[in-house]
Parts: sequence; C-alpha cells; structure tokens
Amino acid sequence: MERDKNFVLGVYDDEDVLLDAVTRVRESGVKIHEVYSPFPVHGLDDVLGYKRSRLPIAAFFFGLLGTTLALVMQFYMMKIDWPMIIGGKDYAAIPDFVPVTFELTVLLAAFGMVGVFMISSNLKPWGQARIFDLRITDDKHVMAIDIANNAGFGEEAIGDVLKATGATEVNKKSFE
Amino acid sequence: MQVTSSIREPLITGGKTLKDVTHDVSRQVEGKPSLGWILGLLFSVGILLLGSIALVATLWEGIGMWGLNKTVGWAWDITNFVWWVGIGHAGTLISAVLLLFRQKWRMAINRAAEAMTIFAVICAAMFPVIHMGRPWLGAYWALPLPNTFGSLWVNFNSPLLWDVFAISTYFSVSLVFWYIGLIPDFATIRDRASGLRRTIYGALAFGWDGAAKTWSRYESVALILAGLATPLVLSVHTIVSFDFATSVIPGWHTTIFPPYFVAGAIFSGFAMVLTLMIVTRKMFHLEDYITIGHIELMNIVIIITGSIVGVAYITEFFIAWYSGVAAEQYAFINRATGPYWWAYWSMMTCNVISPQLFWFKKIRTSIVATFILSLVVNIGMWFERFVIIVTSLHRDYLPSSWAMFYPTWADVGIYLFTFGLFFTLFLLFAKFFPVINMAEVKSIVKSSSQKANK
Repeated sequence: MERDKNFVLGVYDDEDVLLDAVTRVRESGVKIHEVYSPFPVHGLDDVLGYKRSRLPIAAFFFGLLGTTLALVMQFYMMKIDWPMIIGGKDYAAIPDFVPVTFELTVLLAAFGMVGVFMISSNLKPWGQARIFDLRITDDKHVMAIDIANNAGFGEEAIGDVLKATGATEVNKKSFE
Repeated sequence: MQVTSSIREPLITGGKTLKDVTHDVSRQVEGKPSLGWILGLLFSVGILLLGSIALVATLWEGIGMWGLNKTVGWAWDITNFVWWVGIGHAGTLISAVLLLFRQKWRMAINRAAEAMTIFAVICAAMFPVIHMGRPWLGAYWALPLPNTFGSLWVNFNSPLLWDVFAISTYFSVSLVFWYIGLIPDFATIRDRASGLRRTIYGALAFGWDGAAKTWSRYESVALILAGLATPLVLSVHTIVSFDFATSVIPGWHTTIFPPYFVAGAIFSGFAMVLTLMIVTRKMFHLEDYITIGHIELMNIVIIITGSIVGVAYITEFFIAWYSGVAAEQYAFINRATGPYWWAYWSMMTCNVISPQLFWFKKIRTSIVATFILSLVVNIGMWFERFVIIVTSLHRDYLPSSWAMFYPTWADVGIYLFTFGLFFTLFLLFAKFFPVINMAEVKSIVKSSSQKANK
C-alpha cells in the first residue's frame, strides 16, 4: 500500500480526551500521522513528541541582521558618504542611531521569522490545504493515522485502538 | 487544559459550545449586512467624501490652506497625528502585552483592537505625509534613498526621521501580527463556504490545515511577535514624544514626555476600543463574548493610565516651578491662565477628573456611562496634544511674534476625512472579517462553559 494516501481518522470532541488519547495511541504502538485541531491545544506537541520550534532562533538571527544593517547604513551615510555637522555633534552620533537601529532590528526579526514560518508551514495565498475533515476548523479534533505506515495493524485494529481511547467517530479518508 | 480560579466570572457567558463560537462569529461574515451597518457605512463614506474636498484643496493649493502662521507652525496636523497614533496603541497593548501576561480576557477583543490599531496608524500617517506639501516627492525626504543631489542622505539625528522608521515598523509589524491571527479563522470560514466565497477566503487562509505541528509553530510565532511588539509599542510613542522633547521650546523640552505620552496613548486607545466594542457587540450580538466583565477590566486600565497622565500633568507643573527657569514657568502658567485656558481646563476635566468616576463599580459596569466617558476621554486626549503643541508655540521668544492659531475649513475637513476613513475601514473589517478571534476563544470555551453550567 502506498504511503500518505489512505488514512484512518479518529474524531475527538474534547481536548483533554484527545491529549490522553494521543499518549495511549502512541503507547499501543500505532504511529500517528498528525493531529488536526480548530484551536491550539496546549501540551499537544509534547505528547506527540514534537521538538520545540526553532523559529525563535531564526527570529534572533534576523534581528541581529537588522541591527547590523541599520548600524552600517547609518555610519556609512552620516560619517563616510556625506559627513555633516548637525547640532555640533560628532558625525557618528551613536546615541542618535539607537531608535532607528532598534526599529530595524524589530522589523527584520518579525518579518524574517514570519517568512520562515510561512515557508516551513507551507502557507501561501495559492496554497491548498489537504482537508481530512471539514470540522477541524469548527469543533472537532481529528487524529489521522496512515494505514501504510502501520503495517503491523490492520485498518480494523487501528479503528479499535482509536475507539478505545475515546474517539466519537472513526472514519476512513483516501487522497488521490 | 485550562485552570482558572472558580471564583472568577467566566469569560464567555451563555454556556457556548465550540460550534456556537464558529456560528456566532461567522454568521456576520456570511449573512446579509444589517440596516445599521449599511447606514453606518453610508455615513462614514459620506464624511470621507466631504473631507476629501479639503484634502484635495490642500494638495492643490498647498498647506497655506491651513491656519498655520509664522509663530504657530504646527497645530492641528501634528495634534491629529499624535492623537491617532496614540489611539492605535491599545490594540498592540491588548494583543501583545496581555498575551505576555497571559490575560485570557484579551482573546475576545484582540482582533478588533488590532484592526483599530492598523486603521488608526493609517489615519495618523496621513498628516505628516500631507504636511510635506508635495507628498509625491516625500519618499526622498523621509527615506534613505539615493537621489540626484549626490546622495545627500536623510538626517539620522532628527527625531522626525526616527518617527518615520518607528511608525512604518509599527504599522507593518502590527499588520503581520494581525494577519497571522486571522489565518486560522479565514480557514474556518473557507471550510463553511462554497463557490466564490470559498475561493476568496481560501486564498486569505493561505492553505491553513490546522495540524498540530503548524499550531505549535503558530504559538511560538505569536509569542515572539508579542515579545517584539511590546518594546515596539513603547518605543513608538516614546519616539513621537521625542519630536517635542528633543527641542528647546519651553513646554516641550521635558524628560517626562516619553512615559507620559505612552500612558496617554494607552489611555486614549482603550477609550477608543470601548467606543468601538460597545457598538460592535450590540450590532453583531456578541454580548456573550464581550461581557460586562471585559468592559470593566478595560475601564480599570483607563483608571490606571488616566491617573498616570494626571500625575504627569501635575509633575510637569511642579518641575516648571521648581526648575526656577522663568521661561518654563511662564509657559505653564500661560497654559492654565492664558488665551488657551479653555483648552487646558477641558483637558484637565476630561482626562484627570472624568476617569476617576470609574472607581464606582456602578459606573464602570454601566454600558451607557462607559460609552459616554470613552468619548470624553478621547476629546480630552485631543485637547492634551493641542495644549502641548499650540500653547507652547503661540508665545514666541519675541513678544512681537506672539500669535494665535485659528483652524480653517481645510484643517477641519482633513480631520473629518480621517474620521471617515477610520470608520469606513472599521465597518468593512467588521463585516467581512471575523471580528472575534475564534480559534483563541475556542481554547477557553471548555473552562468557561463548565463554570457557566455549574
């Protein structure tokens, strides 16, 4: 059977039942493809065993780039390219460079991080989501299990595991 | 899992389920607009068109159309600019600062408050741009672009240039923060719709799939953006205050300006959030999400920031006396007793006395009283900027240059134009975008409904 095509879906109504179910499904040896939720469920990434996002690190380095660019720009324009005495200050009046440096740091950190987030989560205006169940943006949590990835279990057996953990419905979904 | 003290009032009343949240918010987007909304939009667009006459006249004739003179070279333009920027601050405070403090009551109001921020900053930015006289050349004066003068650059020692960077960064970061929050809610509307609406909201939703991995990244992005936006919002009004504080004009040259301006900005911003939310919750029947509890909490923020502003006014006066500088002392005595005494005392009444009424629980939980006082606060905050700017300028160093400022129809018209623009944008937002952050509110539904059903 081909991977990433045929899924068994467990539908859950309650976020606390879901958190418990994720732990129990993983203990039973069934591999979870992904869980889809209408809102961020705290602790879900932990029980699924996801590593913490490295986006804050990206933000830090984009911020550092912003600081550097801002300082280089101001020193170049004010001291090197066209030096002028303004208010009797040094050409490179460093305290005066603080506000613009701060703003550009924030600007690049924010835009850089959001850009990386968009790319890593595949978010784009022409993006088409693969929708397992329309209700995951409304009121249901859906746990998707890739049948091909769980060769040791049959379709039925996966369904039984999901039911035993509190799934209110078990459905099948295939993608072309 | 949510853990909230059982003695607290639930944040969402009426025992709502997840499905109710989706329905109550999405139906505004999907249904036909109400009569109230249509009339509101017609009125706003009418004001916008009326005001645009003044705008076009100013662009055609130049800023000689305004009431400025040699002595008072800044008046309504910069007053309106500072006023609008200040209003914008509440949105970021609610969405970023309250996120860092884990205040869950922000969730029902952050979407609309951030929208208000963005529209208020657009209105604010209009004034310096128009004041350039020839705004189509403005990019060369405001941005470090290579030009035909052998690249004579912009002046990085000038607070006006810092403002360009502060306002544009603030606008773009707020816009991104707002949009990231909107993506999951656009996906909700996409998944309920068919046909053209599905295509449009599908494009706006950027292919959101609601996966746990995406949510995990989304939460980190929201947290870091809040961490960036918090110092940013404080920096913006600090830099706006530098426009005055770094000058040598008596009445402007004070180190108290940055914190005092930031407190004033939050004060007026919360008042505008209340004005808008009281109308929105009524128009769209959102009383179960934006409860009296929310209104009371916002009123408490108004008492705190209003008191900070009050203390700042008194401190300024005291320091003017204590400094022993005759020019400073004159500037302040003249504010309170000179030809603009009426503006000064309007400011004192509206900003220092009226918010103190919120100490009474009856008043701060009354919708009518809150609505009236929210308007009073914003009138007061407009007068504060007018007092600081015009009264400090109108008594020049030479008595022969003393003058008064009288606004012309063009001054009034451009201010009206920004009101029209602001309300038009807000009404369009309220109809076509989900006014409440559904995804975030859903995360507190369980704890709220358990309490409501007890």
